[in-house]
Amino acid sequence: MKTESAFFENLLEVALPFTPEVLASLKAGQLVSLSGTLYTGRDQTHRRLCALLDEGKDLPVDLAGQLLYYVGPSPARPGRVIGAAGPTTSYRMDSYTPRLLALGLAATMGKGARCAEVRQAMLEHGAVYLAAIGGAGAFLSKCIKKAELVAFADAGPEALFRFEVEKFPAVVINDLEGRDYYALVAAASRCGK
Amino acid sequence: MREINSSEIRQAVRDLAIAAAHDLEPDILEALLAARDRETGELAGNILEVLVANANIASRDRIPVCQDTGTGILFLELGQEVHIRGDLQEALQEGVRLGYEEGYLRKSVCDPLTRKNTGTNTPAVVHIELAPGDRITIRFLPKGCGSENMSSLVMLPPAAGTEGVVRHVIDRVLAAGSNPCPPMIVGVGLGGSFEKAALLAKKALLRPVGEKSGREDVAVLEERLLREINDQGQGVHGFGGITTALAVHMEVFPCHIASLPVGINIQCHAHRHKEIVL
Repeated sequence: MKTESAFFENLLEVALPFTPEVLASLKAGQLVSLSGTLYTGRDQTHRRLCALLDEGKDLPVDLAGQLLYYVGPSPARPGRVIGAAGPTTSYRMDSYTPRLLALGLAATMGKGARCAEVRQAMLEHGAVYLAAIGGAGAFLSKCIKKAELVAFADAGPEALFRFEVEKFPAVVINDLEGRDYYALVAAASRCGK
Repeated sequence: MREINSSEIRQAVRDLAIAAAHDLEPDILEALLAARDRETGELAGNILEVLVANANIASRDRIPVCQDTGTGILFLELGQEVHIRGDLQEALQEGVRLGYEEGYLRKSVCDPLTRKNTGTNTPAVVHIELAPGDRITIRFLPKGCGSENMSSLVMLPPAAGTEGVVRHVIDRVLAAGSNPCPPMIVGVGLGGSFEKAALLAKKALLRPVGEKSGREDVAVLEERLLREINDQGQGVHGFGGITTALAVHMEVFPCHIASLPVGINIQCHAHRHKEIVL
């Protein structure tokens, strides 16, 4: 793929879904380039997934081992795979996330810091959190090669999709050893004064 | 008295909505380029490079700059010598509906309680002011909610003074972290009343990025706030560096002797705005 930025040159290429070995090797602050399959969901998707769990029903997709990307894409123009598809802010999913991590969800991706409960749940269940590039929806749209509707079609942009991505850039924020890249940056900035 | 058909207004709003989503204005593009050129953080510099590439792809390939194509905010300056033939409010809302449908923009507006999407991205939020003359100026500011959610309003006691205002703005900006997609533009509305301070904060975002206040002491305060915010080192997307904010714009208005309202409206780097004069 022709890239429009040198950003891609030094990224670690990683296949999705993550193998347990790759998951364990990711380090906070690392730049990765993701290729493979992921699932999408944001506010309504989470509300509905948790409502299904409350009712004791099966989820429309098995999230074990998968990456869940917080995105509500804009509609695809005719002939296109998808519209703009950058990350939405992750804290809004915090109240739902521990439940999904308990089902084996291996990774989440959005933007912005997670709350202490989610960080703790990630440590307990062995999951990582990544940040995609916020506000780069057109750029990231080019990294999505296939988009398939899985569930909640009536939720419009909040539907659950399966994406095939190629060289999708992201930054590891929370790793399996409990490091938080946002906190590391903040600490380094304080020390520099 | 000059006559303008509401259909002309409807068409103008439709076109503004589509253009705003795809084509960043020179003020924000130049601010991003300048930030890229002076950035010292390596990751931050790379991200700024991607944001510039993103703007180019959006415009060239007609993909929205950001998938959050926002709630439509419309500011109208309505010349008092204009007579509008037809229904103005209907024309504005219909223009937004058409723009979001025909421009393949995301419909993000829902009922606040049921969360049911209205399916049209309407109603847009409309602010109309009367002005001298026989023209209509329409400004369209689609506002994404990553940044809007980090905005706030506080009624400080007058004893807080300038230092209290500075402390509060910096605290709010730092607390927002990487949620609002920094580098951000910080709109501050100082004074007036409860609702006036919020509106001033939003109007501050309409000023070209980096243009100083016309009031000298306010311009000095804007510069100080920008410097202190960027000195904290959160940087682009919270990844460090020297560019947490691209600009601080402050609008002031006299207030009650008992009050010091402070509105803070945060805008992301995908600062989309368009204007037309009819």
